[in-house]
Amino acid sequence: MDRTQFLLGVSLLLFSLGLVGLIVRRNLLVMLMCMELMLNGVNLSLVTFASRSGSVEGAVMVFLIFIVAAAEIAIAIPIVLLLVRERRTLDAGAYTDLKG
Amino acid sequence: MIETALLVLFATAAVVGAVLMLLLRHPMRVALALIGVMISLGGIYGLLGVHVIAVFQIMIYVGAVMVFMVYAIMLLDVRDPSFTERYSAWLWPGVAACGVLAALLVGAVWRGAIPTFTGPGDRFGVQPFSLSFLADYWLHFELTSVLLVVAVLAAVAVIKLRGRHLG
Repeated sequence: MDRTQFLLGVSLLLFSLGLVGLIVRRNLLVMLMCMELMLNGVNLSLVTFASRSGSVEGAVMVFLIFIVAAAEIAIAIPIVLLLVRERRTLDAGAYTDLKG
Repeated sequence: MIETALLVLFATAAVVGAVLMLLLRHPMRVALALIGVMISLGGIYGLLGVHVIAVFQIMIYVGAVMVFMVYAIMLLDVRDPSFTERYSAWLWPGVAACGVLAALLVGAVWRGAIPTFTGPGDRFGVQPFSLSFLADYWLHFELTSVLLVVAVLAAVAVIKLRGRHLG
């Protein structure tokens, strides 16, 4: 197993663990942080490929993902604050308004 | 040799931090585990020679995003069921599905014929990266600033919505 495969395996593990956390945890903030973990896993695979091929494109993509993550957090935290003001809870199970 | 050992060390720390994020109860501890994961990933990027991304990882993720997250956790310390009961009803289906997904992906990477590691050269130093970044990707760079302005406007709009809702 060479270094690229090892790092890709780590990035896949991080992505899968983030996905598990997003599905199984109840706390809204923890779910947001698990989304950040998934982004980090993807970033690791992009950096691995960029560094293997020696091209700048992968690193540029990671930079753009940083910006998107910052914008996402800047929107998501006010939305969570708004939700908590409404219901006084961080439990994702309490927000069932869209349930059919 | 020592580089490989450090790489394995940082990768292990990242995976252990990610597992801790699933197990810990309080959001603040989860945030600290996530900060540990991000710093370990920054170390991996540094070892791979992509120093620009390592610096951005620490500055943007740990310095901006996670500080914001920690402030939100401190602001929102409401005691509710999500503190005492960590997992939703989707625990076992979620774990099983993601286990299958991870096994498939890791198996594909394991079998796949990936060429050997060639080394980054000096293209990822701060100066060469900045030159090629701002020469080839200046439009994307400007568009990110537009995106950030839109994000700030949207955050203000959400706060206005809240004020009108309560008033």
